[in-house]
Amino acid sequence: MTIEQRVISMHPAVNREVILDIRGLEMEGFSGGSWHKIVHGLDLTLQRGEVLGLIGESGAGKSTVGLAAMGYARSGCRVTGGTVLFKGQDLLRMPAAERRRLRGLKIAYVAQSAAASFNPARRLMDQVIEVAVTRGGRSRDEAVRDAQDLFHRLALPNPETIGFRYPHEVSGGQLQRVMTAMAMACRPDIIIFDEPTTALDVTTQVEVLAAIRRIVEEFQTAAIYITHDLAVVAQLAHRIMVLRHGRLIEEAPTRVMLAHPQHEYTRSLWAVRKLAKDPEPRGDELLKVRGLLAHYGTVPVLEDVTVEVERGRTVAVVGESGSGKSTLARVITGLLKPASGEITFFGEQLPRAVKDRSKEQLRRLQMIHQSPDASLNPRHTVREVIGRPLEFYFGLSGQRREQRIVQLLDMIELSSKYLDRLPSALSGGQKQRVCIARALAANPELIICDEVTSALDQLVQEEILKLLLRLQGELSLSYLFITHDIATVKAIADRVVVMHKGRVVQQGTKAEVLTPPHPAYTKLLLSSVPDVDPDWLNRLLAARQPAVSSVAS
Amino acid sequence: MNILGKLNRAPLSAKIGIGILAINVICVLFAPWIAPYAEGQVVGDPWAPGLVGAPEGDLAPTTLLGTDHLGRDVLSRLIFGARNSILIALLTTTISFSIGITCGLLAATMRGTVDQVLSRIVDVMMGFPTLIFALMVLAILGSSIPVLIGVIALLDATRVFRITRAVAMDLEAQDFVEVARLRGESIGWIMRRELLPNAVSPLAAEFGLRFCFVFLFIATLSFVGLGIQPPTADWGSMVRENAAAISFGILMPLFPASAIALLTVAVNMIVDWAVASTSGVRNDN
Repeated sequence: MTIEQRVISMHPAVNREVILDIRGLEMEGFSGGSWHKIVHGLDLTLQRGEVLGLIGESGAGKSTVGLAAMGYARSGCRVTGGTVLFKGQDLLRMPAAERRRLRGLKIAYVAQSAAASFNPARRLMDQVIEVAVTRGGRSRDEAVRDAQDLFHRLALPNPETIGFRYPHEVSGGQLQRVMTAMAMACRPDIIIFDEPTTALDVTTQVEVLAAIRRIVEEFQTAAIYITHDLAVVAQLAHRIMVLRHGRLIEEAPTRVMLAHPQHEYTRSLWAVRKLAKDPEPRGDELLKVRGLLAHYGTVPVLEDVTVEVERGRTVAVVGESGSGKSTLARVITGLLKPASGEITFFGEQLPRAVKDRSKEQLRRLQMIHQSPDASLNPRHTVREVIGRPLEFYFGLSGQRREQRIVQLLDMIELSSKYLDRLPSALSGGQKQRVCIARALAANPELIICDEVTSALDQLVQEEILKLLLRLQGELSLSYLFITHDIATVKAIADRVVVMHKGRVVQQGTKAEVLTPPHPAYTKLLLSSVPDVDPDWLNRLLAARQPAVSSVAS
Repeated sequence: MNILGKLNRAPLSAKIGIGILAINVICVLFAPWIAPYAEGQVVGDPWAPGLVGAPEGDLAPTTLLGTDHLGRDVLSRLIFGARNSILIALLTTTISFSIGITCGLLAATMRGTVDQVLSRIVDVMMGFPTLIFALMVLAILGSSIPVLIGVIALLDATRVFRITRAVAMDLEAQDFVEVARLRGESIGWIMRRELLPNAVSPLAAEFGLRFCFVFLFIATLSFVGLGIQPPTADWGSMVRENAAAISFGILMPLFPASAIALLTVAVNMIVDWAVASTSGVRNDN
């Protein structure tokens, strides 16, 4: 890092008190029986009222550094060098009791999954005010009134009464804001936000982002905002640090970074957003789903869904969680029996349940799941995983099976040295490639891809999408691509289906759906996807003032 | 070669466990040749002290560990007892695990009616106190070793079923099972190839524990006269028959008790190692 890169003078919070000063932080993590370096001599300063964005892929050490800022190392991690000065005191060397007094009171933490961080057995209010009462020296009444005020500021519905609910009684986006209120309860000097919006839908993310930004500004709290999404951090941070493998790649004020990223790696962080596929003309019909109706118990999840996929084309199904897009995949594959409606595939009507379908029908329709970790049996080697469909559908064995496996590995750009690896010895992207190979092994006509890239890092996402596109060209495959990510849609789709609450609200070619005029919900969805532009949120909020509440709820 | 190499790298506790188990296995296989006396042969006075633990000034003892309440040689009976105790316990545990695992996996894979029927049967069986249930069946069918094995295996299988079902239910919800279903795989394949390999670790640990409990259960049954019938030696009944001796300061009942304890510890140390070395789910070789 050079002095030029740290252009603090361009920063609005110039010449303020340095509240956190991390110098030469070295950390190690325990894996595979020994300690490995995971943070290499990192420097970080934070001034009062400043929001610092920490960005990088998984494994970059963002969360580790974020926790180290509280003087904490997760189990399996340890600090081996450097200092973490909070207002001049070294958090790493002070007695544990003293450090504990600072946490929650002076330095607070907002975790990625609020749902997992709240105690499900206690009311929200008790948890929000706990630290303020037990260690902040406030009376309960006072703390409750203050919390209600914070709920109000964070634009939570019913700020007076929401605190008396239990965590499962409020939505994910609300819970994340309640957690922000909890962090704010003692008016800390620093809040560390660890991917607070990553698990949320885009439309909810906008609300949470706006609420966090407002409250941090109001109280002039310094914050470290950790995320892998450059567009998100651009809305909040004054300054951004890009981390990779525990090293600082680049650091600059937000606008400078976005306008002139210095490092190749920084530019690659928005790689997927730049992929775009030219849509193909219409082809022959391969799959047609008509008038589909499905329930979970008595709750309707799909209502009158009609979708068509053509040979060699990609249909992207977009929508938020709960929109029924994954249920659509379950119905098409036969895992969930629809109440009515019909599925025509490859010129014949498919039986509703998977067990009634013939081997040929099953073979032609393959599926790739969202999480490659869960969809690969941890005790099957790559050879077994890819070999099984060959054996099962084509009766291949011995030498011929082996040859085909190597051929398939070659198609997904993996060498044959991976044949005997178990999934635990593969990276996330490699695992997803193996899942793709398993689907290809069946020589399918249609592959249903259920959020196949959403568990992966940006760079890996781009590689997987490119791979899928190349395979489509070579094998004239059809994809039904389920995703919540508009950038992915742009990258891969020919046609787009927008779903909301179990219904199709719009469908058409990519150009038709992505260019205005939009139906109300499509508009809300598209406008909620953050741009890599620091003014995006401001403009959106200004434009949206009256509209949001009517459609989103 | 591979196994020997793995054994060599095993931790000390596992090596000790394997050593103890090996001694027991030798006793099982060669009892008639190793044992100094026959299984039911009376060699001296009741509870005569042996070389171990003999008070000073006594006549030179003729046996190593002394004699039991009928004057039979304890060492010989321990060696013969190993054969009965271990073989029965091993057979019983194996049968109970075969039944329990099969039914547990079946219940988790099929769900619905199959799961309900199997689970309710198990509930009913577990509803009875184990001992009462065993006593009832043994009283009706008579106490022979095959019946004994069958009854204990069935009773133990209920617990194995519960564990297997719980573990398999978790696994069954995973995407890789869904992938297998979508491929059109049979129930048998899903049970054997997708679920079982992932359920091995908790089940192996349970196997070590259950194996030891069987000893104690047989001992309990022997106490009320429905276990292994005299004069056949087994460790559990040796403890029971001679328990009173401890109040006279005679060490004799401690020998079969230690044999049980040692084997229990040994089996658990081996299981710990086996579980630790297989649960890593990674290529270590």
